[in-house]
Amino acid sequence: MVARSMPSAVPEPPGASPWVPVPFRVEQRAAETSDTITLVLSPPKGVPATPFAPGQFNMLYVFGVGEAAISVAGDPAHPETLIHTVRSAGKVSSALSQASPGTTVGVRGPYGTGWPVAAARGKDVVLVAGGLGLPPLRPVLYELLRHRELYGRIEVIYGARTPKDLVYYNQIQEWRGRSDLRFQTTVDAAGREWYGDVGLVTARVPDIRIDPANTVAFLCGPEIMMKFTAQALEAKGMTDASIYVSLERNMKCAIGVCGHCQLGPEFVCRNGPVFLYKDVRRYLSVREL
Amino acid sequence: MTAVPSPAPLRLADHPFFQGMTGDLPQRLAPLAVEKSYALGDMLIREGDVADRFVLLFEGKVALEIVLPDRPRVTIQTVGGGEVLGWSWLLPPPQWWLDARAVKRTRCLELPAAPLRALLDSRPEYGYQFLLRLLPVVAQRLDHTRFQLMDLHGR
Repeated sequence: MVARSMPSAVPEPPGASPWVPVPFRVEQRAAETSDTITLVLSPPKGVPATPFAPGQFNMLYVFGVGEAAISVAGDPAHPETLIHTVRSAGKVSSALSQASPGTTVGVRGPYGTGWPVAAARGKDVVLVAGGLGLPPLRPVLYELLRHRELYGRIEVIYGARTPKDLVYYNQIQEWRGRSDLRFQTTVDAAGREWYGDVGLVTARVPDIRIDPANTVAFLCGPEIMMKFTAQALEAKGMTDASIYVSLERNMKCAIGVCGHCQLGPEFVCRNGPVFLYKDVRRYLSVREL
Repeated sequence: MTAVPSPAPLRLADHPFFQGMTGDLPQRLAPLAVEKSYALGDMLIREGDVADRFVLLFEGKVALEIVLPDRPRVTIQTVGGGEVLGWSWLLPPPQWWLDARAVKRTRCLELPAAPLRALLDSRPEYGYQFLLRLLPVVAQRLDHTRFQLMDLHGR
């Protein structure tokens, strides 16, 4: 058993209580798919922009409804607005999906660890996203492309249920048009209008061109997808010490106090959501954990 | 004007399905192989037709489609260069259970089922080697189907 002491003091972001949401204004709301929207939020006057790292999340509070953890999906170089992509799945996300421009949403954070983008410098980088796993990885892609010369090959694989479930459709076309990036999309099933790949993201892994000994992979999506993708990357020659995953659990306090998001000895909100696969793979095989 | 050179003929032994295979099975099969090229939209296989060949894809992309009564057809998987297509010729009745349509220009080698089956039956070691290569393909398709059933990317 791994012993881990409770935090002696709640880490407090400078100048703010981590418990109190800041009222942000919804500036834009754009439909991505039939059940997924992207919100652009701006802070109140006088409140400075909050820098965030790729992979971090905010707690978004719909007044009178509740709070949910949503990954930041915007460009880290432009923290003056916060961008979140939300799928209408539960009470809070449904309310967020209906937030119209001009309304107010409470924001706490950003919280959690980020993707170790700097550790990928000089290496090939593989990003694999499943479903709504692309928004948490989009800030990584912004960073990689801003400093493109610092990285080796960049391979992105994005899987969704159907072509209609692909988010950031126009931006994906731009990315697919770039010569310094390989962006593959695949869907679980499609009609005749789709000329792209149909199949699992894992089926696209053997085709990527990387130096396995000098590659970092970032995976985000359903846990079973990440597990099998990691397996495919290991078959390609990578090790679990260079594969990172983003986990999703029931975040409540977001600062490692309440324990709702605990996975083994880890508080996903504080020690994650991004983990080295080597450190968490055993917990992903524990039944009913 | 410079003439566009014809692509080099495809060689059975170059396909990943046969790479690393010991023995002379690839050499015995090579004379049976017929090179084919399919344009975008061409049908390679039609559901209900006799399953009469084994297809080794070298280039391009093929959509495996299910025809549904009164509904648009559904692509359940795509396969491309380095992959194989069709094992229905091994199982009675030898009949295709899916449509296969080229969604990119596709080049392949096709092995006719009757002499292929006869060769595999003639020497158990041939048949065993062949099935050891085919079984992972079947398993991968089964995995894909399981993931589709779980609807991982759904709600």
